[in-house]
Amino acid sequence: MSLESLYQQIILDHNKRKVGYGLGDGGTPSHQYNPTCGDELNLTVRLDDSGDVITGFEWEGSGCSISQASASLLSQEAAGMTVAEFTEFAEGFRDAMRSRGSIALSEEEFGDLAALSGVSKFVARVKCAMLAWVAAEDSLARAQDSLD
Amino acid sequence: MTEHTVPFPVNDVRGLFPQLSVPVNGQPLVYLDSAATSLKLGISLNKELDFSSHEIAAVNRGAHTLAAEATEKFDEARATVARFVGARPGNIVWAANATEAFNIVANGFRNASLGQHPVDGRFRLMPGDEIVVTELEHHANLIPWQELARATGAVLRVAAVTDSGELTVDAVRAVLSARTKLVAFPHVSNVVGIVNPVQAITQAAHEAGALVMLDACQSAPHIPLNLAELGVDFAAFSAHKMYGPTGIGALYGTASALAEMPASIFGGSMITYVDYERAEYLPAPAKFEPGTPRLSQAIGWAASLDVLSAIGRDAIAAHERELGELLYELIEPLQGVQILGTRQNVERVGLVCVAVDDVHPHDVGQFLDSKGIAVRVGHHCAQPLHRRLGVDSSTRLSVGMHTTRAEIEFAVESLSQVRAYFGES
Repeated sequence: MSLESLYQQIILDHNKRKVGYGLGDGGTPSHQYNPTCGDELNLTVRLDDSGDVITGFEWEGSGCSISQASASLLSQEAAGMTVAEFTEFAEGFRDAMRSRGSIALSEEEFGDLAALSGVSKFVARVKCAMLAWVAAEDSLARAQDSLD
Repeated sequence: MTEHTVPFPVNDVRGLFPQLSVPVNGQPLVYLDSAATSLKLGISLNKELDFSSHEIAAVNRGAHTLAAEATEKFDEARATVARFVGARPGNIVWAANATEAFNIVANGFRNASLGQHPVDGRFRLMPGDEIVVTELEHHANLIPWQELARATGAVLRVAAVTDSGELTVDAVRAVLSARTKLVAFPHVSNVVGIVNPVQAITQAAHEAGALVMLDACQSAPHIPLNLAELGVDFAAFSAHKMYGPTGIGALYGTASALAEMPASIFGGSMITYVDYERAEYLPAPAKFEPGTPRLSQAIGWAASLDVLSAIGRDAIAAHERELGELLYELIEPLQGVQILGTRQNVERVGLVCVAVDDVHPHDVGQFLDSKGIAVRVGHHCAQPLHRRLGVDSSTRLSVGMHTTRAEIEFAVESLSQVRAYFGES
């Protein structure tokens, strides 16, 4: 497994220029922590008034390039989705990450997130890539609870 | 003391480790993670297999030949471990690992404090009594005391280290009081690698009337160790960091401390008389060792220690000290790479933790792994110390007796490429 299959240029770029970085007030921020490496992430999913459409993601955190790029790419690619679309999108991403290299993320469906495909071959790094997604699902669930 | 006249036979030593012939990512393994767990000596593994294949039997019971011979081998293993740390066999209690050894003592204090056993007052904690640890602690020598304090109403006090990771006897004295019942601290920190002044701290603790528990995990494999000389009451260390098997470690205790401390795990093999209401226990160490012991692991561990003794403890320490110095010498000039802890005027082992500016340790470790270099990344079970030193986590390079100067040079050369790879200037 070459290093380049893990660290594609898109990942290195997003680790430096982070989309969605910066947490505003309010909302339902989710705090996630990875005890094995100490990575931390706070992420808020913003919904429109109807509660059905994700208008954007806001996040802050510290962690490795994979966790940071995954949060950034999530913010870039999933903004504007409906909640239902995002739920399916996140499931597809999780399936690929857990596939030990057998499922690649298509560029057609996942856009720049496809650069994270290589992570699934590095089992120790899957948690890094999932951190922002777990936070997004948690934030979303709590945002919907507060709408009910 | 032949290390200055005879070069350390590192190539012969390397031949003793089967793992070193297995490539990683198509490259020769450069194993710099001995502080987490060491590579295993083939001799140790073979002894374990040989014992289990041809000599296995239940020890300390049974009249048959195999049982008698296995008991003798098992007793010899305990004597070997004891000799290795300057102790007598009766000072050594087998444990699953060092973590369990700390917990045996913490639970001994707890049971004594419950007042169920007539024990010496040294082990009985009353609300407001104090337990001292240091900012250097590995979680294994911290959390058992936190829990003990919580259960008994005792107060945990933390001795400060300097910004460069040094623990002084004055810092320990500053938190000692007439109510201190225990002082727990590491011989060598698994993060800053500095050898602490054990004798001076132990003396200060004893003057305050406290017992002393030493974390010897990072010293036992690397520098000559004489626990009786150091004067501590308890110590913990484990086989898997000493080129031996996983699954076994030891609690060292002085005869009086082990005699007075109540047991906390109960069952067969530890008793003299049992009826339906109560039991009477054997003297230490047996009273701490209920159940079938870790036979093959003890045999394998003793075999690894015999190898260390044959190579020479002083020679190994001198070899590793040189490698540690080389690590410092080569890493210190690197731009954007900070070493945790100081090199100045302190005795150290061959272990260095670094923080690389703007590159997360997980990424550093992955980059080095692609070159076959195995290092530890994260907080190394010392979260509070990392926060104390101003970082979340770090990358640790730690040597073993098989490490060569060329490996250190290659690892540091690779480390120097990390920031450029991740786009930092």
